[in-house]
Amino acid sequence: MITDRLARALDDRLRLSPIARRALAKVFPDHWSFMLGELALYSFVALVLTGVYLTFFFEASSADRVYHGDYAPLDGATTSAAYASTVRLSWDVRAGLLIRQTHHWAALVFAAAILLHLSRIFFTGAFRKPRELNWLIGVTMLALALANGFTGYSMPDDLLSGLGLRIIVSVVESIPLVGAWLASLALGGEFPSDVMIPRLYVSHVLLVPAVLVVLISLHLGILVRQKHSQFPGPGRTEHNVVGSRLWPSYTLRSLALFAWVLAVLFALGGLVQINPVWMYGPFQPAQATSPAQPDWYVAWGDGALRLFPPWEFRIAGHLVPAPFLPGVVLGGVTFLALYAWPFAERLRTKDRRQHHLLDRPRDHPARTGIGVAALTFYAVLVVAAGDDILARLLRLPVYDLLSVLRVLVLVLPVLAGLLAFLLARALRRGDAAGVGALTRADLRRCAPRPAGPSEGGDGPGGQETPAVDRPGGRIEMWPEGDAWHWRYRDDAGRLVVTGNRAVLSRQEADSAARLAYPGVDRIVVPGPPPAAPAGPIRTALRRWGRAMAAGSLLLAAIVDRRRDRRRQERERADDTAQAEDAGSTGDGRT
Amino acid sequence: MSIRRPPPAERAASRRIVAAFLTGAAGAVGFAVTYVLGGDTRWEGVTLSVAFAGLAVGLSQWGRHLVPTGGYVEEHEGFAPPPFEQTMTTRALTAPDSPVRRRGLLAALGLALTALGAAALFPLRSLLPFDRVRPVRARTDTPWGPGVRLVDAGGRPLRPQDVPADTMVGVFPEGHVDAGDGPAFAVRLEPGRFSRQPSGGHLDGLAVWSLLCTHAGCPVRLYLRGTGRLLCPCHQSSFDLLADARPVAGPAARPLPGLPIEVGPDGFLRAAGDFTGPPGAGFWSRP
Ligand code: HEM
Ligand code: FES
Repeated sequence: MITDRLARALDDRLRLSPIARRALAKVFPDHWSFMLGELALYSFVALVLTGVYLTFFFEASSADRVYHGDYAPLDGATTSAAYASTVRLSWDVRAGLLIRQTHHWAALVFAAAILLHLSRIFFTGAFRKPRELNWLIGVTMLALALANGFTGYSMPDDLLSGLGLRIIVSVVESIPLVGAWLASLALGGEFPSDVMIPRLYVSHVLLVPAVLVVLISLHLGILVRQKHSQFPGPGRTEHNVVGSRLWPSYTLRSLALFAWVLAVLFALGGLVQINPVWMYGPFQPAQATSPAQPDWYVAWGDGALRLFPPWEFRIAGHLVPAPFLPGVVLGGVTFLALYAWPFAERLRTKDRRQHHLLDRPRDHPARTGIGVAALTFYAVLVVAAGDDILARLLRLPVYDLLSVLRVLVLVLPVLAGLLAFLLARALRRGDAAGVGALTRADLRRCAPRPAGPSEGGDGPGGQETPAVDRPGGRIEMWPEGDAWHWRYRDDAGRLVVTGNRAVLSRQEADSAARLAYPGVDRIVVPGPPPAAPAGPIRTALRRWGRAMAAGSLLLAAIVDRRRDRRRQERERADDTAQAEDAGSTGDGRT
Repeated sequence: MSIRRPPPAERAASRRIVAAFLTGAAGAVGFAVTYVLGGDTRWEGVTLSVAFAGLAVGLSQWGRHLVPTGGYVEEHEGFAPPPFEQTMTTRALTAPDSPVRRRGLLAALGLALTALGAAALFPLRSLLPFDRVRPVRARTDTPWGPGVRLVDAGGRPLRPQDVPADTMVGVFPEGHVDAGDGPAFAVRLEPGRFSRQPSGGHLDGLAVWSLLCTHAGCPVRLYLRGTGRLLCPCHQSSFDLLADARPVAGPAARPLPGLPIEVGPDGFLRAAGDFTGPPGAGFWSRP
C-alpha cells in the first residue's frame, strides 16, 4: 500500500509514530455542541482563503482614482482608490463578487459561531478548572474577531462604512483625558485622514489575523493537552473521555463540517447580496445613508448608543460625552465580565476542583439564569440597532418604539433570566427529560421557595457528583497479537466502550483502565475477543430488515452461539481472574 | 478465511457516497465552466456550493456509515501533577544559586526592562505626524473663519436667495469641501417662529448650523419639512431648528453649533467667524 510505505518512510525520518498514534486515537465526545468551536475554526479558514484572494485586487489607499468599468453609474467618476477597487472587484473582476460576498458572509458566520461556542462553554461550565486559560484566550479571540470584522467593513470607504467609522471614532474620542489623542494617533490626524485606510488594512489583513492564528493554535494546543470535557453519562467519569476517535470517524466528520461550511458560505456569497457598496456610493463627509445599520455583531454597540438617554456630564469642567457610557463603558464591562466570570464563579462556589464532566444548564440554575439574562440584554440591543426599520415596519413613531425598547432592555433580561432560573430548577428537582416534559407539579414544586439568583451556588457546580462506584461495571482485557486491549462493560446500561489504543503489556492496559474507571475493580483477563464494531451496521441492518430477514436470522443465530460460548468462557475466566486479581486490586486506585 | 462480502447496507452507503462525490465533481466542473463562459455570480456560487456540498454529504455519510461511531474511551491523566515532579521543579527554580534569589539584581533588571518598555512607546507618537495640529486644537478649529465664503457641494458660492424657504442646503467652507469638520447647512425659516435665536444669528430667517450630529458625528441629513426639525440617520437624534437646533429627542445632548454669517460686498454669503462651538461629537477638553 502506498499509504503504508509513505507513512513508514516519513516515520523512519521523523520518528512521529509515538505521537501520531496517540493523536490518531484521540477521543472526541459525540455531541453536536462540540462542533461549534470547529464551526468557528472553519469559518476562520474560509475567511483567510477568500481574504487572500481579495488582497490581490483591493487597493488600500484614499488617493483619487477614476473608475472605468462595467458599473455604468460610476463609470468615469473619481473616488478613492479603495472604493474604486471595491467596485471593480464587484463588477469587473470575474468571480470577484462571489469571493467578496462569501468573505463578508463568512465574517458574519464566524462571529455567530464564536458566540454559540461561547454559550455552550458558558452554560455547560466547560470554563471551570482546568480550562480557564482557554476561556481567557477565547474571550480575547471574540474581541479580536469583532474588531477585525469592523476594520474589514470600514475599508471599502463607502458611505455606510464611513458613517460607522465616524461613530467609532466619536466613541473613542469620548474617553476622558486621552480620547482625542487616541483617536488622532490611530487616524494620524483628524477624521477622515488619508492614512486611515492603509492603517485599517494593515491591521485587518496582518496584525489581527496573525494574532488570531497564534491564539487559535494555543487554544487548540491547550485543548489537546487538557482533552475534551464531556457530558455525564453511562461509562463517563471525571477520568476519561468517551466518544469516537480522531481517526477515522472524526477526521471524516470534521472534514464534512468544513465542506458544509464552505458549501453554505459559497451559496450565500453567490445568491444573497451583501454590502452592495456601489449602491451606497463613496464616502463623503457631508452625506449619509438612511437607514444605516452595522453588521450584526457590532449592532449591540449601535443599539446601546441609540437607547442610552442623552446624558452628558462634566468632571471638573471637562466633558464626558453621551457615547462614553453606552460605548466605552458598556463594551469594557462586557469583556471584563466575560474575562472575570470563571474566577467570579469560583469565588462564589468555593469550588477549586478540576471538572472534566460538564454541567447540564439545569444543573446550575443561577449560572443559566444569568447567562440567559445577559443574552437577552444583548439581543434587545441588537434589535434596538434596527429601531428605525422596525418603526417603519410596525408603523409606529420611532420615539415611541425607543421608549418601549428602553424599558424592555431593562425588564426583559430580568424576566427571561428569572424564567430560565426557575425552569432550570424545576428540571433539576423533577425528573423531566426536557422543558417540554415539565409537568405543572414540577413547576409548582420550585415556585414557593423565594427565587433569587443569589441562591444558586448550591448546584453541582458546588458539589460535583463523586465518581460513583459502578456496580454493574467491569473491565475486560485481552491480548491480540503482541498488543493488549481493554474495554469497559456496563451490563446494566448495555454499554461497551473500548480503550482507544492498544498497549504493549497487560500492566499498561490495567493501569489505563483503572485510570479511566477508578472504583471499578472487577477485571477480567482475558476478556472475550472484540466483537466487530456493530453499532451503525446493526442499525442499517434494521432498516434493510425486510430484505435481509433471512440473512439477519442466520447472523443472529451465529452471534447468539458466540455469545453463549463467550458467556461460558467469561464465567470460567471470571473465576480465575477473581482469584488472580485478589492480589492486584490492592494497588488499584480507588 | 473467506473474503467478507460487504453487507447490503454498507454497499448502499458506498453507492450514496460515490454519488455524492460525483455530484461534487460535477459542481466543480460546473464552476469552471461558468467561469470560462464569462462568470455569473449566482451560478458561480451555486456550482461551488454544490461542489462542496457533494464533498460534505459524501464525507459525512462515510463517517456515519462506514466507520465506527462512538464506542471508545480514552483515559484522562487528570491535571494533578505528580507531587515529586512538582517539588523538584520548584526546587530547581528556587535553588540557592538560582537567579530568582538575587533580589537586588532582579530589581535592577526590572528597572532596565521597564525603561526599555517605556522608551519603546515613544515611537508610537509618530503615528500622529508632528507637523499636524494637536488633537484638541484640531477638534476645535475648523476651516471656517471670518470671510470664508459658503459654497455648495460643487464649490459654487451661494447668495442668500440660493437658499429657498423651508429647504436644507448643504454648505461648505470655500476651498475645503472635503474637510471632515467643515460641513454645515443653511435653512430659511420664518423669523417669527424662532423660539430661541440661532446661535450664529440669522439673516432674515436664513441661519446656518454645523451638519455634524453632536452625538457621534454623523451628518444630520434628514430635514423634516415644515416642522423645522432635523433627524440624524445614525441614532435618530432630532434637533429643533426653531429653538437654535436643540436636541429634542434621541441620544444627542448638545445643540448643533451655529455659524455666524453675513453677506459679503460681492453679494455672496460668508462666515463671520468659526462655529459657535466645536462641531460634531463631544470630547474631554471641549469647552
Ligand atoms: C476564534 C474563535 C474560536 C475558535 C476558532 C475556537 C475553537 C475551538 C475548538 C475547535 C474547540 C474544541 C471543540 C469544542 O469544544 O467546541 C474549542 C474549545 C474550547 N473553547 Fe474555543 N474557539 C473560539 C473562541 C472561543 C471563545 C470566545 C471561548 C470562550 C470565551 C472559547 C472557549 C473554549 C473552551 C473553554 C474550550 C474547551 C472546551 C471543552 O473542552 O469542553 N473559545 N475552541
Ligand atoms: S450620530 Fe446622530 S444620533 Fe448618533
